Amino acid sequence: MVTEAQVWEALAEITDPEIPVISVVDLGVVRGVRVEDERVHIEFTPTFLGCPALEVMREQMAARIAELGGEPEVEVGLDDSWSTDRITPEGREKLRAAGLAPPAPRSAGAPALVQLEANGFRCPYCGSRDTGLENIFGPTPCRSLRYCRSCRQPFEQFKTI
Amino acid sequence: MQERVQLLLEIADDELILGWRDSEWTGIAPFLEEDVAFSSIAQNEIGHARALYELAARELGTTADELAFDRAPEEYRCARLVELRLPSWEHTSARHYLYEEADALKLEQLKASDDAELAGLAAKIDREEVYHRMHAQMWFDRLENEPRFVAALDELRPLVGLRDGHTPELTELWEEMTMVRRSQPAGTTW
Repeated sequence: MVTEAQVWEALAEITDPEIPVISVVDLGVVRGVRVEDERVHIEFTPTFLGCPALEVMREQMAARIAELGGEPEVEVGLDDSWSTDRITPEGREKLRAAGLAPPAPRSAGAPALVQLEANGFRCPYCGSRDTGLENIFGPTPCRSLRYCRSCRQPFEQFKTI
Repeated sequence: MQERVQLLLEIADDELILGWRDSEWTGIAPFLEEDVAFSSIAQNEIGHARALYELAARELGTTADELAFDRAPEEYRCARLVELRLPSWEHTSARHYLYEEADALKLEQLKASDDAELAGLAAKIDREEVYHRMHAQMWFDRLENEPRFVAALDELRPLVGLRDGHTPELTELWEEMTMVRRSQPAGTTW
């Protein structure tokens, strides 16, 4: 029989196809694993609802569970239990190392334009806070575009949601 | 049809149709930034539509895709505001602002609903809509004194909640939107 620990270990190897440096566990989208005999139940929450990577991650999780000999059951929750605060500290560090600035914590409340336009977001390349908003939207729903005036490098900023 | 399903379909249809209209700027928006913005907004709106259709589909014993694409144009519950093909930037910006304004009110109501499932999904959608509202407000602030923008707001405002009867533009969009699906042999799975 598959154990919960084996399942978590296997899931930690499945990465977001659009951000291949970070796993579904780092992203915080696996909300629970339950093993009942052969059945492996995974509770999964989408990040952004329109993100095409979700389908891929879901299929990869199911395939991986099947490889372990379990019967996968991936339940997609449409509730509000995921926010970017769920990304683990390790996950944030992996994002930064890949040149993708991790999201600001949500503790300060819902994001506002005045915040995004202010300095304070750190460049993932040189660490300077002298960065400006280029576009609220970016190449995927989860990212904004910023420009670092210090090292003159554009970069992608994970949106806070 | 139950009130809950009606409401879900109303919002889902608005988001789906607006998502398609927004996606018409992909590749041809006046600035690269806006090309990216409207493409991303379109993707979000269609994602919201899918989640809302899924809740409705569970009650109706069908699937999100069937609700999105297998109904006749007259069965859609969307507002006329989202149906129109608006190839001018002032109209697109005006619609964006009016839609986000109405959508924010609707989401606030849903978030406070006794229906935990609906309230939860509304809260999730709202996290993303915050960014749409910022974008709509940014364009409103830029254009609010431009006569063409003001005229477009006046022209479109009455269409925000108008759900009785559709424009011919919805049928045209429906033809494009469902063409691939309708041309597949029966029994094709997606």
